[in-house]
Amino acid sequence: MRILGLSGSLRSESHNTKLLLAAANLLPPGAELVGFDRLREIPPYDEDEEGRQPKAVLALREAIADADAVLIATPEYNHSMPGHLKNALDWISRPLADSPLRGKPAAVIGASTGMLGAIWAQAEARKVLGALGARVLDRELPVPIVEEQFTEHGEALADDALEQEIAGLLRELIAAADAAHTRALAA
Amino acid sequence: MSVTPTAPTVPAGAWSIDPVHSTVGFAVKHMAVATFRGRFEDYDVGLTAGEHEEPRLVGSVKVDSLKVKDPNLAAHLTSAEFFDAERYPELRFESTAFRREGDELVVEGDLTVRDVTRRVEGRGAVGEALEDPYGNLHLGLSLITVIDRTAFGLNWQATMPKGGKVLANDVRLELELELVKQA
Repeated sequence: MRILGLSGSLRSESHNTKLLLAAANLLPPGAELVGFDRLREIPPYDEDEEGRQPKAVLALREAIADADAVLIATPEYNHSMPGHLKNALDWISRPLADSPLRGKPAAVIGASTGMLGAIWAQAEARKVLGALGARVLDRELPVPIVEEQFTEHGEALADDALEQEIAGLLRELIAAADAAHTRALAA
Repeated sequence: MSVTPTAPTVPAGAWSIDPVHSTVGFAVKHMAVATFRGRFEDYDVGLTAGEHEEPRLVGSVKVDSLKVKDPNLAAHLTSAEFFDAERYPELRFESTAFRREGDELVVEGDLTVRDVTRRVEGRGAVGEALEDPYGNLHLGLSLITVIDRTAFGLNWQATMPKGGKVLANDVRLELELELVKQA
């Protein structure tokens, strides 16, 4: 079971990247989380360039196709998801019938330094993933005041309840991926 | 005026679909202003009529054969947000009643969309059977029904910036079927 983790934040000390790493440590045996760190290389979407897909876009397509499920951790910029994350999803949305996200189980989590935990960005990311044909978990996982959520060294989560919530979301995501496999085998 | 049900004029036998001369379509209001239409291209319909019992109409439609003017929109409509063709590859219909009311044909039956089966009633017309130059009997049948898509789990919706819904819940199903009697 391979889950592709996409962090919507590019900076090296990103809270959302840390959140993905924390999620990776909560996965059950047999499941792994792989990252994708080339979002910054993806140029603005341009329909004229669809026939010459940038290498980073091709790499993202392949990473999604190789994964059983996708987990996005998004920050919130101006009440929405980061432009580069939306831009990357726009690239892989055409043609829609061939999008690697089509039928792919996906979930969205998000951390912010504010009180709401990127709920608007998560809602927008779920909406966009749904439009791309992904099987999006209909739940949010807001992590507010994120600088207080990690232990002193910044790797592990400090709050058991939050850990349990993330573990529950991961179980649901893995169950959706298992169900997709079962359907693929039956087809 | 009272309507006396009479037996429809469907000659006994097994009738199968002529897909070239048939249409399985739908129409739904978009943004409350225009009617948006689509159709399915891969389907099978059979009509079985006996001498004494009511004819039975059975049909199945391959969801992946949905056609609208934009292939990206078709891909959206067959995705998990709408028909979810991967999980529910077929729409199905089986009639439970097939009768004439005056000049009108009335067909009731069970329609399955996604994993929801509901009783629907279609109204339309059935013509007289006509023989082609090769001796094959052809029968025309048209039926229309309006369903609430949300009753079948097709719940996608979006709100327009100034309010109001993008897609109506009522969907008109339109069948124009040409059936050929099997030898």
